[in-house]
Amino acid sequence: MIDNIIISIIAIVGAPIIGGLLFGIDRRITARLQNRFGPPILQPFYDVFKLFGKESIAVNQTQMLYVLAHLFFAIAALLMLVLKQDLLMLMFILAFSQIALIMGAMSVRSPYSKIGAQREIMQMLAYEPVLILMAFGVYKITGSFMIQGVLDYPTPLLYSLPLIFFAFVFILTIKLRKSPFDFSTSHHGHQELIKGITTEFSGTQLALLELTDWYDLIILLGLLTLFFAQPLWVGILIALACYLLEMVIDNISARVTWPLMVKATWVIGAGTALVNIIWLYVRA
Amino acid sequence: MGIINTSRTKSPWIIHVNCTACNGCDIEVVAALTPLFDVERFGIVNVGNPKHADVMVVTGSVNPKTARVLKNIYDQMPEPKLVLAIGACGGTGGIFAECYNVLGGVDKVIPVDAYVPGCPPRPEAIIDGAVAALGLFEAKAKAMKEKNAVKAAETAKV
Repeated sequence: MIDNIIISIIAIVGAPIIGGLLFGIDRRITARLQNRFGPPILQPFYDVFKLFGKESIAVNQTQMLYVLAHLFFAIAALLMLVLKQDLLMLMFILAFSQIALIMGAMSVRSPYSKIGAQREIMQMLAYEPVLILMAFGVYKITGSFMIQGVLDYPTPLLYSLPLIFFAFVFILTIKLRKSPFDFSTSHHGHQELIKGITTEFSGTQLALLELTDWYDLIILLGLLTLFFAQPLWVGILIALACYLLEMVIDNISARVTWPLMVKATWVIGAGTALVNIIWLYVRA
Repeated sequence: MGIINTSRTKSPWIIHVNCTACNGCDIEVVAALTPLFDVERFGIVNVGNPKHADVMVVTGSVNPKTARVLKNIYDQMPEPKLVLAIGACGGTGGIFAECYNVLGGVDKVIPVDAYVPGCPPRPEAIIDGAVAALGLFEAKAKAMKEKNAVKAAETAKV
């Protein structure tokens, strides 16, 4: 019990630090890929501290509640991951976190915010089936939805779930809001939606959204690690390699339209994941 | 200097407003964002949303039509905020100062913290002006705190 509390505290404090550093490295590598010098590695921390010091101009009173729900559900999902709880429940809590953000963006009158929120819904529509199929695949292999079961399983899950791993890397681009699927909140350079889903969040609220992004990154890399859980350090290295791959994809691809994203994710992502599960049944 | 004040000078997000400029200054502002000058190494990011911005970069003189727009965008930015007037037109109205439809420089409508002269100024000058203006953030933040304290005292009285 005491162990669990200590692990939880380390996760809650450590995840944003590692996540922020990874985002800093991401910005630096992106700059180098574009032949620029790039910001300091600590730049995401400067951004967040600055945002905490800004004047608060909330558009309505419920907005802050949605932002906090977005953050707390993300922290809850992270705790479920580090305490080796139910994988299916973790997916649902992650979805709740995302829905809180969508409701926050929908609660204001700005059309840019609403279009961003609608695009976010389309993104969820695209990647949720893959997440559910992944949880199902893990259940089919290990016989339980518990993450503990994955860690106890003698061989890495990758040997049985290679296509689901591929599908998960595919949706990682959507979850991290990277190009070619970065249209719910566009990058700073692309301003056709102002800032999409975060348009009406400012100051402290935007800082909390950034913080949630760092937690999300750690959760996603943690889920990637599960595929190679024996030994754990190999899994962590593979997860970091996948993140590097995402950075490269981000820089070499142009944005697609949302119908193409939904089609591609359902055909390539959910399709390959389904093939993997069918293969599991055929093999058995 | 606290950690928040340090962060303010290290992460100024700019919003670029074109107020009837001839686009000469705008091209130089955008040139500062290119890989050659790369202002992102100072943490400067060009945002499109006044609610996320810290520094407003205004080019061109102000006329009665754009004055309203400029004031509106300025009011949407959360404190503490800085305004940078770029070019001869942004500073004084430049060669258009005497025109019947021109009010003058940006400071006729909103308070300006730094002026970057030139027609157009070089990207180095713009970066220099932005970095010089960042020193004003601390005083601005103090003023904001005092204003909030006065406001809180007034609401408490009511």
